[in-house]
Amino acid sequence: MSLDKEKIKHVAKLARISVDEAKVDSLTKDLNSIFKFIEQLNELNTDKVEPLTSILNQSLRSRKDEISDGKIREKILKNSPKKNEEFFVVPKVVE
Amino acid sequence: MSNITNQSLNEIIENIKTKKISSTDLTKAYIKNIESAKKLNAFVTTTFDQALDKAKQFDKKPNFDQLLPGIPLAVKDLFCTENTKTTAGSNILNNFIPSYESTVTKNLWDNGSFLLGKLNCDEFAMGSSNETSHYGNVINPVGDQLVPGGSSGGSSSALAADLTPATIGTDTGGSIRQPASFTGTVGLKPTYGLCSRWGIVAFASSLDQAGPMTKTIKDCAIMLESMSGFDEKDSTSINKKKEQYSKNLKDNIKGLKIGIPKEYRVDNMPKEVDDLWEKGKKILKDLGAQLIDISLPHTKYALPTYYIVAPAEASSNLARYDGVRYGYRSKQGKDLIEMYEKTRSEGFGDEVKRRILIGTYVLSSGYYDAYYLKAQKVRQLIKKDFDDSFKKIDAILTPSTPSSAFKIGEKTNDPVSMYLNDIFTVPVNLAALPALSLPAGVDKKGHPLGLQLIGKALDEQKILNIGYAFEKNCGFKNEIKKWWS
Repeated sequence: MSLDKEKIKHVAKLARISVDEAKVDSLTKDLNSIFKFIEQLNELNTDKVEPLTSILNQSLRSRKDEISDGKIREKILKNSPKKNEEFFVVPKVVE
Repeated sequence: MSNITNQSLNEIIENIKTKKISSTDLTKAYIKNIESAKKLNAFVTTTFDQALDKAKQFDKKPNFDQLLPGIPLAVKDLFCTENTKTTAGSNILNNFIPSYESTVTKNLWDNGSFLLGKLNCDEFAMGSSNETSHYGNVINPVGDQLVPGGSSGGSSSALAADLTPATIGTDTGGSIRQPASFTGTVGLKPTYGLCSRWGIVAFASSLDQAGPMTKTIKDCAIMLESMSGFDEKDSTSINKKKEQYSKNLKDNIKGLKIGIPKEYRVDNMPKEVDDLWEKGKKILKDLGAQLIDISLPHTKYALPTYYIVAPAEASSNLARYDGVRYGYRSKQGKDLIEMYEKTRSEGFGDEVKRRILIGTYVLSSGYYDAYYLKAQKVRQLIKKDFDDSFKKIDAILTPSTPSSAFKIGEKTNDPVSMYLNDIFTVPVNLAALPALSLPAGVDKKGHPLGLQLIGKALDEQKILNIGYAFEKNCGFKNEIKKWWS
């Protein structure tokens, strides 16, 4: 299969990345060569193979549902590009 | 002491313990080296004042019983360091100052060491040449215009140039072993789960693993012992007793069975790489090991599998960079969605965007079974190849990389040719196994080449022992001229 420009723009939209129109052609070329490489996997019949879902052959540990930290609002907000006292600030989302 | 910085970590520790040098003088010696090596561009951030303070504190009240007494260390800029900027080589984190410390670096500091600076790397560890970093290319001390490998390229360059006595990197598909091979140094990717992932900027969570990069095997054992261990904060951390890798290091490998996989002889592999592999086999055989031909039939499918699994996980992990809670935010964007799109477009570099797009596509509705599920199935086959082989052998010997360090710009126009660099290293990540890259020789240009030892899960001690015996008998000496200072 091959990826066309429209498909790539759609995927970029899903990934929330705006793509510069001037770069779409080279991106299309690169992604198609990568997918051609990836699609070597189609040579293999994997109908009877179970997918590998856990690499450690162990289930994830559960822990007690306890609060282990807190009162770190300032620390959490410290790196925010835009904040207003206790809140992260984003462009207006409701009219 | 004039040449302290070209000694191994182990020798430096002995000099500290016997008070031949103070931590302060040691730290000053590294600072001097770093300041005269700006051309290599190995550092994103330096923390000299803080390091000198820590060194003075150590000298005032030294504790020589620690694994890393008074040792300054620079680390890859993918490890979050409390109150010290952590960029992951990306513009999107150019102002990120973590309020917490990664478990692995905390373990290093708890063993007596302290931070000297943060080392350049490929953006979000996505790259094999350190050319995707927002903070510029790193130069390989082996030669001007040569890449240091990637993604832990700042780490390999700084180590080989004597800018840090040892360092740590992360390895998702070869990012410790390939740069180690390119710089004539030792690099270990531990078993998945041995070192905590907590506080490491995530790339592909089922593959990422932190590990040591050092000048010698003994140093590697000391670093692994210092950084590893169970961590409640990482849900895939393995809960087991801590090993004393350095104390238990032995060079007797008589009777060990070493597998030689026929699939690792690839087309267009330079003769020198093949010759080096032969040399490695001979050394191990002369030391009493038994060589056994094995087959890992799905090896050629490892890279295509990796380029589905890793981007898929990356696209999920990197969804967090939205310009809201931390990191860079675009000044453009009329509404929230447009702000996200511009922030991510301006904040990420081309390779990272490519991988996010690949990942988003293979996980998107209607394509999941054809790509992601297929890759998870092939990953099972790759793991099974190793499981079957390890029933009859102790370790596997292969080349680390299909070539020595290449020139800056040589492979940047063709992503697939860049990806092929990791052909020998990627299968190990997919199977969660430990693997060590050992400096073993040079090619005709005099550039270092490495050999890789792959072990069973949690069998780090055994591959370190084989590496230790190999190192003593290989006769490799990393001769780097300091042309940059």
